[in-house]
Amino acid sequence: MPTRELFVAMLVLVGLAGATPARAQNTFGIGRPATPAEIAGWNLDIDRYGDNLPPGSGTVSHGHEVFDQQCAACHGAKGEGGVGDRLVGGQGTLATEKPVRTVGSYWPYAPTLFDYIRRAMPQNAPQSLSNEDVYAVSAYILNLNGLLPAAATLDAGTLSAIKMPNRAMFVGDPRPDVKNPDCVTDCPAPK
Amino acid sequence: MTEPTDADHVHAVTSRRRLLREGGALMGGAVLGGLASHAALAAPAEADAGNLPPNIPEWMKAPGEPMGSQLYGTPSPFEKGVVKNIPKDLPQYFSASGRTPLQDLDGIITPNGLFYERHHGGVPAIDPAQHRLMLHGLVDRPLIFTMEDLRRFPSQSRIHFLECSGNPVYTKPYGKTASDLVGLLSCAEWTGVSLKLVLQEAGLQKAAKWVVAEGADAAALTRSIPIEKCLDDAMLVYSQNGERLRPQQGYPLRLLLPGFEGNMNVKWLRRLRVAAEPTYSREETSKYTDLMPDGTAREFTFYMEAKSIITRPSGGQQLNTPGFHEISGIAWSGHGKIKRVDVSVDDGKSWQEAKLQDPVLTRALTRFRLPWHWDGQPAVIQSRAIDETGYVQPTLAELIAVRGDNHFYHNNAIWPWRIAAGGEVTNANA
Repeated sequence: MPTRELFVAMLVLVGLAGATPARAQNTFGIGRPATPAEIAGWNLDIDRYGDNLPPGSGTVSHGHEVFDQQCAACHGAKGEGGVGDRLVGGQGTLATEKPVRTVGSYWPYAPTLFDYIRRAMPQNAPQSLSNEDVYAVSAYILNLNGLLPAAATLDAGTLSAIKMPNRAMFVGDPRPDVKNPDCVTDCPAPK
Repeated sequence: MTEPTDADHVHAVTSRRRLLREGGALMGGAVLGGLASHAALAAPAEADAGNLPPNIPEWMKAPGEPMGSQLYGTPSPFEKGVVKNIPKDLPQYFSASGRTPLQDLDGIITPNGLFYERHHGGVPAIDPAQHRLMLHGLVDRPLIFTMEDLRRFPSQSRIHFLECSGNPVYTKPYGKTASDLVGLLSCAEWTGVSLKLVLQEAGLQKAAKWVVAEGADAAALTRSIPIEKCLDDAMLVYSQNGERLRPQQGYPLRLLLPGFEGNMNVKWLRRLRVAAEPTYSREETSKYTDLMPDGTAREFTFYMEAKSIITRPSGGQQLNTPGFHEISGIAWSGHGKIKRVDVSVDDGKSWQEAKLQDPVLTRALTRFRLPWHWDGQPAVIQSRAIDETGYVQPTLAELIAVRGDNHFYHNNAIWPWRIAAGGEVTNANA
């Protein structure tokens, strides 16, 4: 192998090993740059703080109209559930034998509601609602759960400021949490 | 017409085949020595004696199907009962799951057509030429890849299981068959590119702690993955068992996170956003979190713990005769290799070690086998897996004692099978 080719091969090997953490060059030179406009068009993610929520706003009353048209067929007229999940009620049930998990009783962060409705709802036509309609229907669902007054208008600021009742109840993964004593002979009868 | 033409002859052969096929369907497909499915027992075992010794079978007296009659091969018509186990009477089928018929399969690899499915917005029909993967966020160079781009990276193939975390839930009614119980489980050889290589291509920034993955389906399904996993054994997968992914498995591109709950292995992958925090999507807050009896809920419960099940004999099957029967099943762990599988044939009073099929692979199904002589008396048989961390698969009672009935996800219980004096096999927990 000529010296120059050997040198190039060594460079590639060093690159593969990741020896230089802040490389200026792509290792393989595969892919093309993503433009800010392309990223903005595709990046739907809204985090728990509401970062990346779009401009716009919606009222509870407009949300009621949107809900009746777009959501009630699956989620029930008052969010009581049907083909789709129950959305309303259940607060105070999580530690009982019949827990009811809804937006109001279970969801830890309100901005997730906007994120999910915009990306996935209504199931027959996701990403068809305007941002204003998504704010409005989020407002209505929060209102049905007693978390927003009927006269309220929801926007990026007010949605991010809502503290969901169940927020503090999420914990990390403690597993392994269940121990089988690994008995081999003369084991006790199963319960 | 006294002399049948070739075409008529073919037609006659086909008709005879159709008759045989329909007869086979009545027999329910699998009749394995002394072990038979319920359907097989229910139907009269009237095999055409004309095909049995000393006679010459029909299928030897004329040529079979010519080359090219199937451009993509399908199983024998006699196996048409071996299909995905899809619940009947669901209110809708866009967000639903279909199970692998584990009790009808051998070895460790799941055929692509029987791989379990779970989707949240139906199965999208994606033209690979119009599919893109966007990689952005806390990277030096945000990038867009075509499928052709991704196949240019160095490739790797590995065998791993994939399992839904709700497999099954903790509450009754408990299923009748191995598929009903843990059929949201499959195993394949996956081919693709190490996610680490692709992330390095964009240049990870120091604050990068999570990667948020999004699917190009109608649910735009989104999950957050810790960066440690992304830089370890995570893969961007485009092929499964040697062929391109099936649409139900994320064609043309999916994420594979060996040992992590199925939902995180995002299908139809279109976007990776590198972030400092999880995105707290609906799928990782309101779903795929594990409610405890005290009202707290565990979040980011990624690993699938060690688990096993006997698939033969198992619920819905029938032992037709006392005597020798091989006990066979599968074991797996999200934490690595299976170290040991114990089997009890006396309702858990004593346990003996089963033989593991080589090679034992990390985060893959491991087939175990134990020779057994059934004395014709009622028996309860069960298996428990022990993985390389020393973790022992628990009983359902042990799990529920800690997690309660409403935990929903990550049920890795032992499932015992009851064998009646008549040989009928049922779920001993049901």
